[in-house]
Amino acid sequence: MKIILTTSSASLDSEVDPRFGRGAYLLVVNTETLEWQAYPNPGASAPGGAGIQAAQFVADQKVGAVLSGDFGPHAFNALQAAGVPMYVYNEVRTAREAIEHFKAGQLQQLDAPTRRGDCDHGHHG
Amino acid sequence: MILAVASGKGGTGKTTIATSLALSLAAEFTPPPLFLDCDVEAPNAHLFLKPTFEQRQDVGILIPRVDEAKCTHCGKCAEVCQYHAIAVLGKKTLVFPQLCHGCGSCTALCPEHAITEIPDVMGVIERGPAASGIPFARGMLDVGEPMAVPVIRQLLAWAQPEPGQLVLRDVPPGTSCPVVAAVRGSDYLLLVTEPTPFGLHDLKLAAQIARELDIPSGVIVNRANGSYPELDDFCAAEGLPILLRIPFERAIAEGVAQGRTLVEIHPEYADYFRQVFAQITASLP
Repeated sequence: MKIILTTSSASLDSEVDPRFGRGAYLLVVNTETLEWQAYPNPGASAPGGAGIQAAQFVADQKVGAVLSGDFGPHAFNALQAAGVPMYVYNEVRTAREAIEHFKAGQLQQLDAPTRRGDCDHGHHG
Repeated sequence: MILAVASGKGGTGKTTIATSLALSLAAEFTPPPLFLDCDVEAPNAHLFLKPTFEQRQDVGILIPRVDEAKCTHCGKCAEVCQYHAIAVLGKKTLVFPQLCHGCGSCTALCPEHAITEIPDVMGVIERGPAASGIPFARGMLDVGEPMAVPVIRQLLAWAQPEPGQLVLRDVPPGTSCPVVAAVRGSDYLLLVTEPTPFGLHDLKLAAQIARELDIPSGVIVNRANGSYPELDDFCAAEGLPILLRIPFERAIAEGVAQGRTLVEIHPEYADYFRQVFAQITASLP
């Protein structure tokens, strides 16, 4: 299965990045072969709507699941609309560990956003 | 003439000064100055000028609504949106109203004409007479709405002065878009600061807005006890006149906390504020 996870650098042995919208890299991985390709997260430096940008990227990649530490309400709604199941990191440290835990069914699937959005209380303009 | 009162740092005394300036000038001007509370995220000038609101209007922007029957999910709308307020995810097109700036690009550029615009209310504007016959208007952003600028813009367009009427704008704190929206178009920017490193740091940012918008400005130092030469040095270097210093005084703090204005607490300040205004008008061409 092709999945995407948020990582802090462009490698399978990178530490995972707990942030979805603003995580540094989106790592596209084939869970059987462990072939991977890293893309800079288009949301990472967005002034607003980071989660939506990242979700748009994930939806366009047509993956079977997305793994991260934190999905805000916008990202959650967007990924749910796209039909991509979301899983949250447990105590994993690296992308490789996260994939193992995912394959072993040890990561929890989300049915609600993990937090309120930044936009709900932030200062935009 | 439009005079805006801003500060950068919050809690320096913008509203204290704007309201007392309005009251000090009310007797001198016919009609009295128009007071606009542009701090739509947390308006508080009404606590001091005690207006009776007689008119009220909902304000907001137009946001897209997608007709799924016509939408081909081509993604053009998501591509042109600078704010990521619309996303095409597989066979669904989602709108995120809180990110939408109401620019209309998605509607204009949808090749299938599948998008129409619907109003999204984000706040209210209100006006009515206040103390000393001062016409008062304010905007108020709804709780949970992230964008103040549309409310400020619509307040300024709605509460127009009579010909020749002086306008006082109480500007929000900070130096982001709402501040620019409230300051833009004014003839003079009165910067309220305090002699602290935080006050000076944010004064520098606020002074940059004045310079960028090419608006002449001057400074009032509030809670001006003790010596803080860095502030005076900055003002001298920038050519910012210090128009008034208000001391840090328990009687003022107690009075303001009870909803009294500075000129009610210390009537002699009415003269000081009139002198500040005379200095400002004398400095303008």
